[in-house]
Amino acid sequence: MNDFTLLLPEFMVAGLAFLVLAADFSLPAKRKGLLPYLAAGGLAAILAFSLVDLRGQEGSLYDGMLVVDDYALFFKAFFLALGIVVVLSSVEYVKRHLEYPGEYYGILLFTVVAAMLLAASRELLTAYISLELLSFGLYVLVAYDRYNPKSNEGGAKYILLGALSSAFLLYGISQIYGLLGTTRFDGIHEALAATPDMSPGVTVGLVMIIAGLGFKVAAAPFHMWAPDAYEGAPIPITAYLAVGSKAAAFALALRLFGEAFMPAAADWQVVIVIMAALTMVIGNLGALVQRNIKRLLAYSSVGHVGYLLLGIAALAAVESGGGVSTDLSHLASNGVMLHLVAYGITNMAAFLAVAVMYGVTGSEEIGSLAGAGRRSPFVGVVMAASLFSLAGLPIFAGFASKFYLFSAAASQGLLWLAGLAIFTSLISLYYYLMVVRQMYMEPAADPARVRIPRVTTAVLGALFAGMVLAGVYPAPLLDAMQSASEAITSSSGVLTLAQR
Amino acid sequence: MQTFDSYVLFALIVLPLAGAGVLMAIPGSRPVPVRWTATAFAAVCLALSAYVFLSYYLVHLDDGGMQLTRTWNWLSLPGAGPLADQGITLALGVDGIAAPMVLLTGIVMFCGVLMSWTVQDRGKDFFILYFLLLSGVFGVFASLDMFFFFFFYELAVLPMYLLIGVWGSSSTFSAFSRTKEYGAMKLTLYLVGGSVLVWIAILAIFVEGGLGTFSLTALEQVEFSPTFQRVFFPFLAVGFGVLAGLWPFHTWSPDGHVAAPTAVSMVHAGVLMKLGAFGILRIGMALLPEGAETWMPVLIGLGTVNVLYGAMSAMGQRDLKYVIGYSSVSHMGYVLMGLATLHSLGVTGAVLQMFSHGVMTALFFAAVGVIYDRTHTRDITVLRGLAGRMGFTTSVFAVAGLASLGLPGLSGFVAELLVFLGLFQTYPILGVLGIVGAAITAVYVLRLLAGAFFGPSDERWAGLRGASRLEGLSMMILVGFIFLVGLFPFPFIRVIDTGTAELLARFLSLS
Repeated sequence: MNDFTLLLPEFMVAGLAFLVLAADFSLPAKRKGLLPYLAAGGLAAILAFSLVDLRGQEGSLYDGMLVVDDYALFFKAFFLALGIVVVLSSVEYVKRHLEYPGEYYGILLFTVVAAMLLAASRELLTAYISLELLSFGLYVLVAYDRYNPKSNEGGAKYILLGALSSAFLLYGISQIYGLLGTTRFDGIHEALAATPDMSPGVTVGLVMIIAGLGFKVAAAPFHMWAPDAYEGAPIPITAYLAVGSKAAAFALALRLFGEAFMPAAADWQVVIVIMAALTMVIGNLGALVQRNIKRLLAYSSVGHVGYLLLGIAALAAVESGGGVSTDLSHLASNGVMLHLVAYGITNMAAFLAVAVMYGVTGSEEIGSLAGAGRRSPFVGVVMAASLFSLAGLPIFAGFASKFYLFSAAASQGLLWLAGLAIFTSLISLYYYLMVVRQMYMEPAADPARVRIPRVTTAVLGALFAGMVLAGVYPAPLLDAMQSASEAITSSSGVLTLAQR
Repeated sequence: MQTFDSYVLFALIVLPLAGAGVLMAIPGSRPVPVRWTATAFAAVCLALSAYVFLSYYLVHLDDGGMQLTRTWNWLSLPGAGPLADQGITLALGVDGIAAPMVLLTGIVMFCGVLMSWTVQDRGKDFFILYFLLLSGVFGVFASLDMFFFFFFYELAVLPMYLLIGVWGSSSTFSAFSRTKEYGAMKLTLYLVGGSVLVWIAILAIFVEGGLGTFSLTALEQVEFSPTFQRVFFPFLAVGFGVLAGLWPFHTWSPDGHVAAPTAVSMVHAGVLMKLGAFGILRIGMALLPEGAETWMPVLIGLGTVNVLYGAMSAMGQRDLKYVIGYSSVSHMGYVLMGLATLHSLGVTGAVLQMFSHGVMTALFFAAVGVIYDRTHTRDITVLRGLAGRMGFTTSVFAVAGLASLGLPGLSGFVAELLVFLGLFQTYPILGVLGIVGAAITAVYVLRLLAGAFFGPSDERWAGLRGASRLEGLSMMILVGFIFLVGLFPFPFIRVIDTGTAELLARFLSLS
């Protein structure tokens, strides 16, 4: 019997989405400013409820297709919190630049449901459906600025390549199902661990799934759509795309590679390693030549996907006999989660600061940030701090998370790749500093002080505090991550493919 | 007292941060309370750092080892090894090498704040970043865990970019110009580039150690394989060497120092470059002694080039600050040479030279800062006969100059003498070259004094104000320490010797 109370948070967010859409009909136009507060307040209440209600709960629904465990809870909390931040960062932007706030917030809430379900799915098709629900919402949101040709262009590219990646994913899933006879993660794990020899068909399936997910997270060589989609989308949606869609895909990837595909690590690890190396190099080199701040952050986020992939590759250590050691899996998956959180907080802060300056200058050129540090010291500090955090400098979250993640990778024998990651971080520091230089060393074209709405100040302040706190005292976060990791992988023991 | 002792190092790291926090709360439109707050915090830090040194000298000297220690668990690293529960700890403590460095930081920090009362533009932000920087410096000298060592090391680099880029000054030469943005970017990229190598080496040591911890005290017990040591010691030597001004990675140093505002030049040349040498000692030589033995002949060669090349370059400069910048490169060469002797005299001399050069170069930059502030030029072909108008500044510049050329009775003499004694025990020929370097230093310092300060006075400088009372105080403190180390070097030598003896014991066990 299914215990549907386990899914209450998802039901409640979906209900909230309908409530927002319904309120949009009934509210008079001048009161529509209340919609985001309804959405954010609702999400906050659901977040509090989930943390109280689901802590320590273990259970599964629909014959194990959806699970509720500490891992799912961790990412549910992550996406709910992210939802609150995105909604509140959108308030000003939507009011000034977009029409139809009801649908905007409604669709946003549906994507939150999708991301939450994705973290809970333990079966390929359920995961696929959740991923599609997320993507469809994002397709609409990217193209939401409908009179802006760039938004349309970005949306179109995103849909086309999104559909292509879905095709890859589905083809991979069908290969796996055809050859192993199951789509459940534990079933795949058992089947792979028991196979005497991996059939090439399974390898094809694995590679297809990796390619499909690679498109979704914009990993090189599947990253080409990202800068255009990022540039075209409304700024809060760009932020959501950079953080939310990636976190969701990695929430799936950790479970997929940490549990289902773990016994076949010898086959996928090298693919992920190559992809990680390519992604961090291409992302960071691409960012060097950008003039549009959104494109710069897009390429920088491609670089960060490389670091996260490094963590995925470090989930397993392939031993010489073909066995797979999972001694350090927890270190790696904690590292990925910590970096997701750090990167999430930091990027939300950076994009919100960009949105504030865009609201004043109307330009997305990096040059338009000139003198921002003087025009609004607060926004300047938050933006500079997030750039330093992205570059991986202390006392900000990015330093602690990179250090942890790279330590995990080095421990798994990927020291050279960790070294490459550190080196590309140095490259990234250059282009981040060029932005800092604009903000603090170039004179402003218009030196007038920038007035910031109170909500924006509060969100920026909270993100800044989070950035520093996660950078100097991440221990409580890591406790939560550790119990999340324990839910997806067993920490010790050597898995063997029988007689490889 | 026990509790106070276990918190004093932590306080030294947190106080500058707290100072930055307090400054944020003061409105920037009121510069006077901002300056007084900054001065008060710096004074407390100076007092605490003096306490650290004195307590090591007076109380703990016979015990030796790490003192004033305190450890907090920070993060565990599940599955990484037997000590994974203490994977990353905030472990603080000072030995005979770190104690004088902490004192040096306190001195330069306080004097730098006094010199910064003249900062007009965004003075509050300046002090906030300045304090962040110093929190990092104190942290490096006090950390006994590689994670936090590196954390503070990077923290010390981060504010530099803004401090130089916003408050610095550009210089124009006949053929080319060096903007402050150029200097800031070059410095930051070089230093972070060096820390790329350091970071890789730290990760390698963590993995190879197999303990699952970054704690230096735990990793010191590990015998790393000779091949590993030989491969990774250069990563540390070059990575940290960049910050220590190691030739040929020194080019950021003159450009950066020249572009930086006075107090930042003081801290940077005075203290920050010492972080590099300290890193080679604390991580490189302590953990990888065999690697150090293998590579030291190379390092000593590079150090010699540093001394000679730096001194020759200093001779050819027209800009007063470039002269001092290159003389720093040259003097850091003595530090590297001393370390590379692996002889107790040489290493002790190197550490004393770190202290001595720190005080001396801070004094140089302070004096140059005053001159530049009044005359708006640093061109030594334009500056003439300043002595008549700026007698006090001229005297302190002369003291720093004489200390740098190694006049007996001043700090530079003792330190360089020890280095040379160490060199003659190990590499006598390089010892001779080192003395040649000192001779070249004498030439450029005396030429500078004769040209820019003495000689016929110039009517352009008729209305010039001398150093203000605060600037005078700042410079007098530094002069005092130059004489103190020069005349009574034994407290310093005994403290440092305790530290180097423990370090070199690791090398004796090799042979």
